[in-house]
Amino acid sequence: MTALDTVRPRGGFRLPRPGPALRRLGPLGTGAAVLLAAVLATTLLAPVVAPYDPNRPDLFNALAGASPAHLLGGDALGRDVLSRLMWGARTTLSGPLLIIFLSTTIGTTLAITAAWAGGKVDAVVSRLLDVLFAVPGIVFALVAVAVLGPGVPGVVLGLTIAYTPYVARVVRSAALRERQLPYIAAAWVQGRSAVGICVRHLLPNLRPLIVAQSVSALGFAVIDLAAISFLGLGVQPPTADWGLMVKSGLDSATRGQPLEALGAGLLIALVVAAVNILGDRIGREEGELR
Amino acid sequence: MSDTVIEATGLRKEFGTAVAVDDVSLTLERGQSLAVVGESGSGKTTLARMLVGLETPTGGTLRVCGRPRPPGRVSSRERRRRAREMQIVFQDPYSSLDKLQRIGGVIEASLDLHFSLTPGERRKRALELLEAVGLAERHATMLPRQLSGGQRQRVAIARAIAVEPQVLVLDEAVAALDVSIQAQILNLLADIRERSGISYVFISHDLAVVHQISEVALVMSGGRVVERGPTGALLSDPQEEYTKSLRAAVPRPGWKPSRRAVSGSAANGSAASGTAAS
Amino acid sequence: MKIPEVQDKPRDVREDLLDVRGLSVAVRAGRSWRTLVDGVDLAIGGGEAVGLVGESGSGKSMTARALLGLTPPGARVTGDIAFDSDQVTTMNRRALRELRARRVAMVFQDPRAHINPVRSVGDFLTEAMIANLGVAAAEAHARAVRLLADVGIPDGERRLRQYPHELSGGLLQRVMIASVLAVEPDLVLADEPTTALDVTTQSEVMAILDELRRERGMAMLLITHDLALAAATCDRISVMYAGRIVETQPSTTLTATPRHPYTSGLMLSRPSIDTVADRLPVIPGRPVAAFESGEGCAFEPRCGHAKPHCRDLRPPVQDVEGARVACVRAGELTLRGDVDV
Repeated sequence: MTALDTVRPRGGFRLPRPGPALRRLGPLGTGAAVLLAAVLATTLLAPVVAPYDPNRPDLFNALAGASPAHLLGGDALGRDVLSRLMWGARTTLSGPLLIIFLSTTIGTTLAITAAWAGGKVDAVVSRLLDVLFAVPGIVFALVAVAVLGPGVPGVVLGLTIAYTPYVARVVRSAALRERQLPYIAAAWVQGRSAVGICVRHLLPNLRPLIVAQSVSALGFAVIDLAAISFLGLGVQPPTADWGLMVKSGLDSATRGQPLEALGAGLLIALVVAAVNILGDRIGREEGELR
Repeated sequence: MSDTVIEATGLRKEFGTAVAVDDVSLTLERGQSLAVVGESGSGKTTLARMLVGLETPTGGTLRVCGRPRPPGRVSSRERRRRAREMQIVFQDPYSSLDKLQRIGGVIEASLDLHFSLTPGERRKRALELLEAVGLAERHATMLPRQLSGGQRQRVAIARAIAVEPQVLVLDEAVAALDVSIQAQILNLLADIRERSGISYVFISHDLAVVHQISEVALVMSGGRVVERGPTGALLSDPQEEYTKSLRAAVPRPGWKPSRRAVSGSAANGSAASGTAAS
Repeated sequence: MKIPEVQDKPRDVREDLLDVRGLSVAVRAGRSWRTLVDGVDLAIGGGEAVGLVGESGSGKSMTARALLGLTPPGARVTGDIAFDSDQVTTMNRRALRELRARRVAMVFQDPRAHINPVRSVGDFLTEAMIANLGVAAAEAHARAVRLLADVGIPDGERRLRQYPHELSGGLLQRVMIASVLAVEPDLVLADEPTTALDVTTQSEVMAILDELRRERGMAMLLITHDLALAAATCDRISVMYAGRIVETQPSTTLTATPRHPYTSGLMLSRPSIDTVADRLPVIPGRPVAAFESGEGCAFEPRCGHAKPHCRDLRPPVQDVEGARVACVRAGELTLRGDVDV
């Protein structure tokens, strides 16, 4: 039958993956994706698009309401609220992104190692993850801040530890299921090394799950970091940050300028909602693939 | 070089307190096809997994191609060497392949691991192997989900023979396939054996299939070998009660299902009808 | 897809218990429809056992589901299904429930998936009797013990207290059969009831089903991929391919003189326990579903007897010496059946 087949002008066997399933996100998912894209663009373009220097006080603008010059008015020191929200996106999102990147990497490595090795290694890792999971993330952050002093590095360290089990536990149980499948056994009988099997087979097959899990963890990380900054232990003034702005904005609100707190709070809520919606959609996509 | 490719003596496997395989010995000659017959829980699959190193025997010894395979940790190098002695094909054609790996990639990865070939040679060899199992070049770029069950099982066979092993263990390899596809795969396996002189260990519950593919057979029950011998003689004139009951339960012309599966003159298929009416 | 005209079938004087004409089932796939069952005619008399044999994609299971109104949501079901002269296709939910509860029962391939794992075997068996037949609890319990004895489970009292996970697949399938007997239906639909079981267990379960069915005068539709099993347990066999019935014959004549090339191929390609073929005679290619087949005979691409005109038109069902065959060459071909009968 081969002789009749036309020869394909293709170099290798690998074809590009089918494109991202954006059109399967639905209207809500698309909205969430657009919002997140806009916020991410702002973090990159803040220096260009922000109308004012976010840290330049202007006493004439202190606690001023919305005006054509200052669309969202000024804060207690007269800094432009809109510019601070734009710059604030950077600090507010980069911390959580770093936390999720680190905790996903560490968590996935731990999970796959535990699932593959089984036995004692798995028992130790699982208990460790259980213990970490039982402690609220904010406690780790507070302990880290107590040791390292207030500021972003301590909080990122604490929350990274706190978020590691969030990804690791789910990935571990999925990896345990996956490694039971005959194709893994076949690869083993073929003589492929354990690391080779994990990297070539387990990781790609778990990837959608890992992505879904870390995206939904991102939502929590944004809230946690904002809360810690609100408490004054995370991002330090005068850096613009949504969590901090909610705190200082509350004070301004009692003095007649609610836009700072409202804007920052609303953005936190919207970003978290969008992240969760996306995480949910990716998770559902993953479910359909199975 | 000896012509015995597998020599297993007193193989035993315990899972906790349960004994899955109990004192099983077997030898397999070069080019021979040995069937291991049994029902679920007979230990036949555990035996297969011990042979290819997926389970460590609790007791007994195993020699493959004249070399002992003692239990314990094995270097990657040694595992690759063993892989070139024995390969396995599993029952479920759907989960036997990585769903993200293209068919050509499956075979090429196998070649890449065992032989130093240039990319061009490797690709050419992969296509030869696909052709050898009745697939075409266009299948190479496909993902497993684009193939039927029978085609996937062909890929699993191609992946196994890519390594050029001495022995192929087939664990219920045709059980999940449609009847018309089953016959195709059985013929393919016969062709491969004729061409390459490979030996088979054919694990199956299906006596008719076993009859077609093997010269010698062991019947397992409860982890032990209850009867062994040339397949034809074993099926036409079983000596043990258990083998007789298996034989009697196979639907065939003139057969009637029976509540008492064991019956004396079941071999000619007439005795069972009396019991069904009782 | 054409619905074949109602043929002047030589039917018995008695009304058939189940009379299906021109049944087609299609499911949505994106914007188009995928036909899975294409113009199936099927009749089962009271107390009769009919085998519906086919490979994957043949539509045999979907046919059985359609009979009970169990097609997937959104499926398009056309044609006529008359059960005891009642139209199933137009029944409302309530009537369908009533039909499934009392008249037609189903035995599935995987009993574990169809028996609630957190309820005891006793609950499973007595529930239907109490709810559907209005039997008192104590009476239902006693009846359940008797039913278990009927299906070859002697220690019924103990088994009723057990949970599904404590029972083997073979035992659970017997419990399933007992639950079917409990409502004394007129028709049992058995969908691959023994495929997941060992051969010795298969033999026992089929013997039990066969025996009890005869005693109680229940009709049975046995859906299976195993032609030999159907031949041994059914009065009549219909062979399905690509959503259509290609051949119907009494079991005895079917195995001796198959009239459709597919039936013959299916029989010959199965290895035999008595003889070894040098090479098995194979049917090339793979089984296709109805929506994958072209205008002509769906089996034509795989058929060794095909002629060019087989590709032009769906072969109509014709009578050939007591067989109903959908093959234009059925009259002229002599096909091999089981070699040694």
